Amino acid sequence: MKEKSFASKIWNLFRNNSVPFMFIIICAVCIPISGFSLNYLLAEIITRIARNSFLILSLLIPIMAGMGLNFGMTLGAMAGEIGLILVSDWQIWGIPGMVLAMIISIPISVLLGVICGKIMNLARGREMITGYIMNYFINGIYQLIVLYAMGAIIPIVHSSIILPRGYGIRNTVSLLSMRQSLDNLLAIRFGGIKIPVMTFAVVALLCLFIVWFRKTKLGQDMRAVGQDMEVARAAGIDVERTRIISIVMSTVLAGFGMIIYLQNMGNLSTYTAHSQIGMFCIAALLVGGASVDRASIGNVFLGVTLFHLMFIVAPSAGTVLMGDSMIGEYFRVFVSYAVITFALIMYETKKRRTSSLAGRELALAQKEADK
Amino acid sequence: MSELTKSSGNPIVDKIRAFARSFGLPRLIIAGFLLLLFIMAPFVGANFFTQLSNTLNRFSWNAVLVLSMVPMIHSGCGLNFGLPLGIIAGLLGGTMAIEVGATGFASFWVAVLFATPFALVLGGLYGFLLNKIKGGEMMIATYVGFSSVSLMCMMWLLLPYHSPNMVWGYAGKGLRTTISLEGYYNGALANFLQINIGHLSIPVGTLLFFALLAFGIWAFLHTKTGTAMTAVGSNPNFARAAGINIDRTRLLSVILSTWLGAVGILVYEQGFGFIQLYMAPFNMALPAVSAILIGGATVNKATITNVIIGTFLFQGIVTMTPTVMNSMIHMDMSEVIRVIASNGMIIYALTRKSEVSR
Repeated sequence: MKEKSFASKIWNLFRNNSVPFMFIIICAVCIPISGFSLNYLLAEIITRIARNSFLILSLLIPIMAGMGLNFGMTLGAMAGEIGLILVSDWQIWGIPGMVLAMIISIPISVLLGVICGKIMNLARGREMITGYIMNYFINGIYQLIVLYAMGAIIPIVHSSIILPRGYGIRNTVSLLSMRQSLDNLLAIRFGGIKIPVMTFAVVALLCLFIVWFRKTKLGQDMRAVGQDMEVARAAGIDVERTRIISIVMSTVLAGFGMIIYLQNMGNLSTYTAHSQIGMFCIAALLVGGASVDRASIGNVFLGVTLFHLMFIVAPSAGTVLMGDSMIGEYFRVFVSYAVITFALIMYETKKRRTSSLAGRELALAQKEADK
Repeated sequence: MSELTKSSGNPIVDKIRAFARSFGLPRLIIAGFLLLLFIMAPFVGANFFTQLSNTLNRFSWNAVLVLSMVPMIHSGCGLNFGLPLGIIAGLLGGTMAIEVGATGFASFWVAVLFATPFALVLGGLYGFLLNKIKGGEMMIATYVGFSSVSLMCMMWLLLPYHSPNMVWGYAGKGLRTTISLEGYYNGALANFLQINIGHLSIPVGTLLFFALLAFGIWAFLHTKTGTAMTAVGSNPNFARAAGINIDRTRLLSVILSTWLGAVGILVYEQGFGFIQLYMAPFNMALPAVSAILIGGATVNKATITNVIIGTFLFQGIVTMTPTVMNSMIHMDMSEVIRVIASNGMIIYALTRKSEVSR
């Protein structure tokens, strides 16, 4: 009897976390095939955790407010990029440059966040697809600013950044003088593996902030709105405002995250750096076992580890297995999309099941009352 | 918008306002912009008839893809962001037609024939999935499209194609990214009954083919099944009370949309002259979606007229802006304008109030 309950417990654990388990299996199969040394993998993973976790953490707040996966986080990333372009034109480097870029990104992020939040309030129930299309829309405006207005209206002087024609920013902006300035601050080398202590400290600070924020009045309001909008409204919470604030916070944090991400990369692909970032962050969060309506800090770190492990080993495992590195490349893209698709389907079916269950219970209760 | 609803003493002004309201302000702006471009064209040295031919040509390539939105919108499945799935069925049909050695005019029909079973199977599975997740169709459709495109990226490398016109020369396997249709169905429809008057050339064959399909869909929507489909889309509760099998009707609409998507990409290819594989179908859904929205469709209402107006306006802007803008201000802003206008239109449609079917 006890045996059986243990087995069912394991089964439940597996069923509720099917995505992380699937990834553990994929990684377990691919790592030996790829032939990478453990040391190399560890170093890569630590770099990638430092690089990506801030961005992924920015997704948590809208999930709390019941707005689903914030595909509009890309807006923040664009704001961060604008900050970085301006700072590198002014030739302010290192940590001061990063801080200044963050300060510049804040008003832009807030503006974009408010617009995005207002539009999402109009498109209630379709927040995710709206956020997703917002990416493309704001990307158009971003291009309009960066490709045409910068240099023409917004003064850009440095010739390494501006296109030779006199306006517009080059395809890549080198951040070489800023490269890993945060990562190298107080970094510890441990058997050939660099541990970027300062970056981890910043990420830890954000984690603490999120934990603290959940307990504040505003955080509680957000959770109430996420649970049930009508009940929250009846309790006197300004639902629209709360939802906008959650998107604004997410956008601002995504802007900071993008700056941390890019200081690690060391160069900025002006027109493409942000295009995939939302998708990869969301996929990583979901791989960590999060769902559309529930995500924790633990999901973030598990997700970033597993997802990037798969990302590192898939191409070379593909080369060994199929004799073609492109197979591995396509495989990892496929897996990222498939994970998001799977998580969305799970969420929708669960939502339908609970709503039909609630309906049945209501009908039952009414029948009882009639008797 | 509030100004539009205000009444003034002048009846003509009122009439104009009422027209603007019924036509939709964004659509009016886009139509006005296109009209302006056509007027500007001769002044910047572009031949009006050449421009019109280009627009008509592009209209004929894309119209069927836009038409494929209609059945799913009618049955309340929302905008078909999963169009890449239909496109994949079409690509499979097209490549198989070349593989079996069909050439010339016939190869187009062979391609349609081969694409059909794939479209039915994929559309069936897709429809079955969408029935499980009513209410969240659009987001999931987007990602079903993306996953299937990236899965097919692997398949194009692995599937046993041998035709030397399609596979990479040195490896002897794996399909090329772009396959020329010269000698196959390049211009299969466009060259049929083509009219050439000076600079003006009209691809009558393609337009006729589109008209045929559009008429078919129009007629279908007026049959008993078609009316049931509209009922499911506009009021699912009423439809259920009327004894309509909602799931089956939705499934049918999804299969129909997928098949139209498959045929649509084949029509596109015969005009364009190339098959584009791998990541190419990735971003083909958004232009089609925004085209039908520009034509005046909403998330749960669309007509054939919307398809025709929308495709013409969208493709008109795509073809006209580069030529006119470039010669006017010597800046190629067309791409940016297209991105902002088309995606702005989608956002506008998503924020309109409409009953979401659950």
